[in-house]
Amino acid sequence: MPVVDLAVTSKRDLNAALHALTADTNETLWHVANPEGAHAIAAGVDVPITVEIDGHAGYYCAGMNQRATVIVNGNAGVGVAENMMSGKVHVKGDASQAAGATAHGGLLVIDGNASARCGISMKGIDIVVKGSIGPMSAFMAQAGNLVVLGNAGEALGDSLYEARLFVRGSVQSLGADCIEKDMRPEHIEILTRLLAEAGVEGVSPQEFRRYGSARGLYNFHVDNASAY
Amino acid sequence: MDNSKIPQTLPRFSATFDPHTLAEIRRAAATGIYDIRGGGTKRSLPHFDDLLFLGASVSRYPLEGYREKCATDVWLGTRFAKKPIHLKTPITIAGMSFGALSAQAKEALGRGATIAGTSTTTGDGGMTPEERGQSQTLVYQYLPSRYGMNPDDIRKADAIEVVIGQGAKPGGGGMLLGQKISDRVAAMRTLPKGIDQRSACRHPDWTGPDDLEIKIEELREITDWEKPIYVKVGATRPYYDVALAVKSGADVVVLDGMQGGTAATQDVFIEHVGIPILAAIRPAVQALQDLGMHRKVQLIVSGGIRNGADVAKALALGADAVAIGTAALVALGDNDPRWAAEYAKLGTEAGAYDDWHEGRDPAGITTQDPELASRLDPVAAGRRLANYLAVLTLEAQTIARACGKSHLHNLEPEDLVALTIEAAAMARVPLAGTNWIPGQQF
Ligand SMILES: Cc1cc2nc3c(=O)[nH]c(=O)nc-3n(C[C@H](O)[C@H](O)[C@H](O)COP(=O)(O)O)c2cc1C
Repeated sequence: MPVVDLAVTSKRDLNAALHALTADTNETLWHVANPEGAHAIAAGVDVPITVEIDGHAGYYCAGMNQRATVIVNGNAGVGVAENMMSGKVHVKGDASQAAGATAHGGLLVIDGNASARCGISMKGIDIVVKGSIGPMSAFMAQAGNLVVLGNAGEALGDSLYEARLFVRGSVQSLGADCIEKDMRPEHIEILTRLLAEAGVEGVSPQEFRRYGSARGLYNFHVDNASAY
Repeated sequence: MDNSKIPQTLPRFSATFDPHTLAEIRRAAATGIYDIRGGGTKRSLPHFDDLLFLGASVSRYPLEGYREKCATDVWLGTRFAKKPIHLKTPITIAGMSFGALSAQAKEALGRGATIAGTSTTTGDGGMTPEERGQSQTLVYQYLPSRYGMNPDDIRKADAIEVVIGQGAKPGGGGMLLGQKISDRVAAMRTLPKGIDQRSACRHPDWTGPDDLEIKIEELREITDWEKPIYVKVGATRPYYDVALAVKSGADVVVLDGMQGGTAATQDVFIEHVGIPILAAIRPAVQALQDLGMHRKVQLIVSGGIRNGADVAKALALGADAVAIGTAALVALGDNDPRWAAEYAKLGTEAGAYDDWHEGRDPAGITTQDPELASRLDPVAAGRRLANYLAVLTLEAQTIARACGKSHLHNLEPEDLVALTIEAAAMARVPLAGTNWIPGQQF
C-alpha cells in the first residue's frame, strides 16, 4: 500500500504517480499523509483506486475525479470534487464553498456541514450532506440530486434547472424559480438509495421535503423581467 | 401670397433621436424586452484605421518583397507549459461555441485553421468530435458555465483558455435562446431542450485573483503541467487585468476589445460596456513590461481585426498574436450577398444580419437547423478561411518588410503614427507629422 507523505514528497509527484496508474493496477489503496491543506490533491485521477487523505485538504481536492474513491479524513477546502464525472468522494469533516460544483456524476458525501454554493451548477452528481449547507446552494443546478440532512441557507436553488433538492431540516429561503414539490414514490426511491450509499442509518426518506424548479424562467417573458 | 412660393423647411432628423434610435424606442415600447443580437459594436470607434505605418526612409531600409525572409511564426505557452504551442501564423481563431455555431461551421473553422497552421478554439458548450478531429491545434475553453466540461476533453486539448470575459460583454454571461437548443446542444449542456439559456457570468468555484491562481494550479495538476493555460479577459482595465492574470500564473493572456463579436447579447451591453482594443493594447503591454514578462507571457488581442494591416498594427503595439471571430465567420460565408433574398425575408440585408440568436441564418453558420446547417460545406468553407488567413498573413508581411522587419514580431510602436489625437493618446504613438503623444511629456 503506497503511503505518500506530502511533508517529503511533492504534490506534483503524488498526482503524477496517480495519473500514471492503469485501470488494472494492483496499487488500489493509497494513503496521503500530512496534506496540510495542499490544493488539488488527487485531482484528475481516472482509475478505480481508493485514495485516503489523512488530514485536511485544500481547494479542489479530487477535482474532475473519474472512477476513484477519495476519502478525506479531515476538512476539505473550496470546490471539493468540482466537476467530478464518476467515482466517490467522502469528506469526513466539513467542506468549504462550492462543494461538488459543476460535477457531472459520482457521489459526494460530506459528513459535516458544507458552506455556501454547495452543488452550484451541478450537472448530474449526487451529493449527500449530513449536516447543513450554506447560502446560494444549488444555484443554476442543472441535474443530479442534492440531499441535506440538516438545514439549507438563503436562496436555495436560485435559477434552478432540473436538479432535485431534498432537505430534511429548515430552508432559510428559496431562490428565484425554486419551489417545494410533491414527494412522489420515485423520489422516495432515490432518497432511499442515496441514504444507503452514503451510509446514513436511522433516517427515513419521509422526513425530507423536496424542492425543484418551477420552470417559470425557462423562456424569456416580459412579466418575469424583474427575475432576470 | 401664393403659399406654393414660400420656401419650405426640409424634414430634418435629429442627430440625437436618429431613425435608429426612434425605431428602437418603438420596438422597446411594443415588446417590453431589450434587444438581443449577435456581432460586435456597430458604431464607429477609434480603431486600427486611425494608425499608419511609416515604412522605410533614408534612415530605415526595407526588405526585398520576395527574396528576403519575413518570418511569421509564434510560440505560445513558453512560461510554464511542458508542451507550448508553435503556430505558423500569429492569427488564431477565437472561441465560438458549438450551439451558437453549427457543427459544420465548427468543423470548417478547424479545417481552415489547420491548413493555415494556426489554432482554433472551442466555446461555451464543449468540444465536438468534428472540431477536435479537424483541428490540428485546439484550445479548450474553461468557462463559467462549464457546459460539457470534461477531463477527457481537457486531456485531448492542446491548450486551456480560462474565460473571464469577452470584449462584447465584459461582466456578462452567455445567452443561447430556445430556438438553438436542439437535442444535441441540450445534451451537451445538460439542459432541457428549447429553454432560453443564460450562462453564468462568474465562475462557480473561484472568485478573484488569489483563487484564480489556485484554479490554474489545479488545471495544471490535472494535465500534468503539459498544456499552456490562457486567461481571456474583455478589455476594461487592461493594465490591472493583465498584471493579475500574470500573477495568477497564466502562460498567455487573451485580451478582447469591445468591437469583438458575440453570438448573442443585449445590444446595450455590446455598445456601451468595455473599451476599444486600440485603447487596451498599450496598457496591457505596459503591465507585461513592468513585470518583466513581455514576450514571456504571450499576449493575444482581438476585437474587430479584419485585414493584415490590423494584424501588423496589433503586433507593432506589442501583441504576440491576434484572434479573429467575426471575420472568420464572414470568410466561411456569413452575411454573403448570395443569400440576399432570404435576408430580405428576415427583414434585413446581407451585411447587416445580426439576429444570430434566432438560429435562422440563411448561410447555415449561426444555426442548429439541420437543413440550414447543411448549406455550409465544411471542406469548401474551411478552404475559404485558409485562403483568407493566408491573405492576412501576406498583408502583414508586406507591411513588415516595408518597415524593414525580418519577423512580424520586430514591428514596434516606433513604426506607427496616428491620424487622430484620440488614436495617438490611446495607442501612445505620435500624431502623424508631429512628435506629440498626448498625455506624455517630451
Ligand atoms: C458567434 C460567436 C460566438 C462566440 N462565442 C464565444 C464563446 O463561446 N466564448 C468566448 O470566449 N468568446 C466567444 N465569442 C467571442 C470571440 O471569442 C472573440 O472574442 C471575438 O469574436 C473577437 O472579435 P471579432 O469578432 O471582432 O474578431 C464569440 C463570438 C462570436 C462571433
